[in-house]
Amino acid sequence: MCLGVPGLVTEVDDLTAVVDFWGVRRRVRLDLVDEPVAVGDYVLNHVGFAIRRIPPEDVQTTLALYEALLRESQRGDGADLMTADVLGEIAAGAEGSGLRAKG
Amino acid sequence: MPGSAVDRLEFRDPARARALNDALGRAVADIGRSPVSVMHVCGSHEQAIAKFGLRTGFPRALNVIMGPGCPVCITDMPEIDEGVALALQGVRLATYGDMLRVPGTAGSLADAQAAGGRIDVVYSVAQAVELARATTEEIVFFATGFETTAVATAAVLLAGPPKNFSVLSAHKYIPPVMEIVSEMPGSRVEGFLAAGHAATITGWGLFEPFVARHGLPVVVAGFEPLDILAGLTRLVEMIRDGTREVANMFPRCVTREGNRNAQAQLWRVFRPIGGRWRGIAHVPNGNLRLRDEWAHVDARRRFTIDVAKLWDHAPSTLVRQCICGNIMAGIASPSDCALFGGACVPESPVGACMVSSEGTCRIWHEYGGVPDLGSRGGAA
Repeated sequence: MCLGVPGLVTEVDDLTAVVDFWGVRRRVRLDLVDEPVAVGDYVLNHVGFAIRRIPPEDVQTTLALYEALLRESQRGDGADLMTADVLGEIAAGAEGSGLRAKG
Repeated sequence: MPGSAVDRLEFRDPARARALNDALGRAVADIGRSPVSVMHVCGSHEQAIAKFGLRTGFPRALNVIMGPGCPVCITDMPEIDEGVALALQGVRLATYGDMLRVPGTAGSLADAQAAGGRIDVVYSVAQAVELARATTEEIVFFATGFETTAVATAAVLLAGPPKNFSVLSAHKYIPPVMEIVSEMPGSRVEGFLAAGHAATITGWGLFEPFVARHGLPVVVAGFEPLDILAGLTRLVEMIRDGTREVANMFPRCVTREGNRNAQAQLWRVFRPIGGRWRGIAHVPNGNLRLRDEWAHVDARRRFTIDVAKLWDHAPSTLVRQCICGNIMAGIASPSDCALFGGACVPESPVGACMVSSEGTCRIWHEYGGVPDLGSRGGAA
């Protein structure tokens, strides 16, 4: 019931739009959406109603946010732990190749 | 395929997911105790967590509790009884498919159907209105779901449905139950993951008073695997750092103010009143009822609903053993229930949590018992 799904708007008439959800076309109502919807827009759909027009730039903003989160969490103690992991792996690799060289 | 680049790949990118899992693991390790308990309040979050096997990648010390986020599960028995009574009185109902098998005091809507009651399953309230347009007989929409779904009910009423259409509202409003769950004795919740779709309507600013009152961080998250991992990572970092605020990790859909058009429609049609959430508690302002101006489309006023005769039958012994309420309050797991997987299975559910595809018990049953005891595959 709650799974809101984004889809691509392919047709708009007054109060409804035809929206393509990964190949499945459905007519959704536009009563609730908070800004005008046009062909080519993405909308978030819930129980047959568009509840949000998703501006394409906002998708990129989300991804950028996740990248920033990763960068932040790799600073400070996190960076040390990660560095330790990486150094550990390099050390293990070097040890392994060392053994092979000796063998 | 439309949307594929954005939603299929980038938000499910395994490399990003691994990196986020590692970040989550580091944040939990920084806290240095076990368990760190967070709660989500959305069945769709649990579905995505189960579907993508995210629990197996969670750090062992992280306890992600599914709260009262399944709208079917928290619909109270007397509310089901109202629908059953109407159907048995010969009134034609329309409702969401998940509702049919939820047990009421004396049986479910499916039982009423078997006894000759007419109940149409619809995907949208808009379909229920179309049903009403195509007939002269009365159609009652048994309206369940949270604010995200209630706005759709509001929209069809504001759009002027036919005269033979009315609404039996069992809609619920999430923010007040977060207060109740936080204040429950034995509550271990240290932060909330809020549902992105509900927040799309209400705005993330709605959670600010809650944070101020309870000192617990709230993160709004979407439903793709990366959305959930990023949301959990941010939430655990906020717990670690003592940050008490609302973070919006779903900015492609959620703004601070939310969808004002939808909010206006919601509150023009509904008012919040206190009421029971199945198995949990009385929740002040947790139920949405039609305002007096909408009495003419309120099934409770249009019909005399005789539920009392259903109450001659006491709930079965099995129903009394059901611990759905404790599971939804986050103080028990399905595996703590004596009925889980034995007397209570999806084919013959005892509790509502085993009925709905968004119910904790159903999801645990479908995706293999106790998903959070899996190995730490993803982050290793």
